[in-house]
Amino acid sequence: MSAHTTQVGQLARRSVLRTLRQPGQIVPALIFPLFLLAVNSGGLKDATNLPGFPTSSYLTFALAVPFMQGALFSVMNAGTDLARDIETGFLNRLALTPLRGAALLGGLLAGAIVLGLVQAATYLLVGLLAGAELAAGVGGALVIVVLSVSITVAFGTLGLFVALRSGTAEAVQGMFPLFFVLLFLSSMALPLELLQTDWFHTVASINPVSYLLQAFRSLLIEGWNLGELALGFAIAAAIGAIGMTAATAALKTRLVRT
Amino acid sequence: MEQADKAGIEAEGLVREFKNGPRAVDGIDLRVAPGEIYGFLGPNGAGKSTTVLMLTTLLPPTAGTARVAGFDIVREGGEVRGAIGAALQEAALDPLLTGREHMRLQTALHGLPKAERGERSVELLARVGLSEAADRKVGQYSGGMKRRLDLALALAHRPRILFLDEPTTGLDIQSRTALWDEVAGLAKEGVTVFLTTQYLEEADALADRVGIIDHGKIVAEGTPAELKAEIGRPTVEAVPHDLDDQARVAEALRPFGEESGATKRGGAAVRLEGGESQLADVVRALDAAGLAIEQLQLHAPSLDDVFLAKTGRSLEGAGEGEPGSEEMEAVGVP
Repeated sequence: MSAHTTQVGQLARRSVLRTLRQPGQIVPALIFPLFLLAVNSGGLKDATNLPGFPTSSYLTFALAVPFMQGALFSVMNAGTDLARDIETGFLNRLALTPLRGAALLGGLLAGAIVLGLVQAATYLLVGLLAGAELAAGVGGALVIVVLSVSITVAFGTLGLFVALRSGTAEAVQGMFPLFFVLLFLSSMALPLELLQTDWFHTVASINPVSYLLQAFRSLLIEGWNLGELALGFAIAAAIGAIGMTAATAALKTRLVRT
Repeated sequence: MEQADKAGIEAEGLVREFKNGPRAVDGIDLRVAPGEIYGFLGPNGAGKSTTVLMLTTLLPPTAGTARVAGFDIVREGGEVRGAIGAALQEAALDPLLTGREHMRLQTALHGLPKAERGERSVELLARVGLSEAADRKVGQYSGGMKRRLDLALALAHRPRILFLDEPTTGLDIQSRTALWDEVAGLAKEGVTVFLTTQYLEEADALADRVGIIDHGKIVAEGTPAELKAEIGRPTVEAVPHDLDDQARVAEALRPFGEESGATKRGGAAVRLEGGESQLADVVRALDAAGLAIEQLQLHAPSLDDVFLAKTGRSLEGAGEGEPGSEEMEAVGVP
């Protein structure tokens, strides 16, 4: 095993242990999105009567949303963990080892991956038990989990970036409402085609979250729509690439070791 | 600078300036020999931690040069980090991990072979007396246990030079003494120790040589005995029975030497110009002034006297109330 792989592996192990030992991170990330799913699918079920609504089950339509909300929790969790390392000086300890910056970031995201896996499996299982449909079958379930984890990691890199730039957990947690605004200004409640208000339709159309939701919905409602799936994965990859590039640059500034 | 001394520390004209602030470190020269314990003594905000951050490569100097273990701290940062261990101010530990998990992470990140990691962890945890607590989360450790784990982590890769930044601040006397014993043991094994402290007794008890830093400059350097000998004169302290008589006590003592100022116990003190032989005259002078004395003590010269002589202030509390001193150091922590 190379030194780099060992570093990533050990930091990933730490990240996973930290995540599993903080029920305060896991429980809200599981409960809150499911609570909103229950409220929305009950309160908005009449929306399925609108002409052009893609399914007769609002629960199935709304099941895409928890995956996005879970990803937003990962922004906060990954970023907060790193910010705490900066605040406590643990990052300085790591900086005194031959650790590479990429290994640090990669290792830190391991916790987000584990949390993402737990979240995706839970949301899907609860949704299906509550009566949601899954048009793409078992294979679709696997792709939903992979897509959910990809989005979780992508958004997690944004959390790392903010943590490295600000150095405080408070700044990371302050981002949470902003990301939720992004979610609400998307096709979260209705399909894009049915959004009647001009400005909202425009904003939701350029909001990448709408297309991430659509990727999940394609598997839940339609079956296999490769175009929408590819767009969803491409957006996740783009967010991840932007976040990782920004976080790497911020890490160089933060770790001013000679 | 010579390359020969590969296990020591050498610095020339080391400077660190922060934006919109004074020089935290203002042109210090240092020479620490292999196997030596060097005590870097000074009040809060004097520049101790900033110096350590520069010497450990975590903060680039604004000017000057330094070599640690024979490597340049700016051009050969990686080599420096490979040769040193450091326990920085405040034990930087993860409260959610156990002591053993910390050791496992540290040994792995330093590239110890997998087969060696467990053995080294067990050895070091035993050395610092944490074998029984090894599988407890660090969040449950006391301050002393955290400091000892911090020391064990700093030793994970068998460094030749160890930087300890105020390792005993906030510890009880028992924990402090245990850590001193450990540090002294390491020096006997040939490890060079650079220790910052604001405790006079720590520098006195532990350090082979002491550098006293104030406002970013080294104001005195030498062995504790040399520094005290430089001051030479003992101090006599008189505490009146009635504390309102403090000014009268100071007045009575004034002819015997330079005033050391009011004491913590409410008395007055002077450094005796004529040495210990003046003590009888001091007693007679106090008696002649009609003063009832609660305590009369003769102090041998201390490092605090050295600090006072060099800076005009007592070390205890010297850093308190200096605007922005701690914040200024914090800015530099990357």
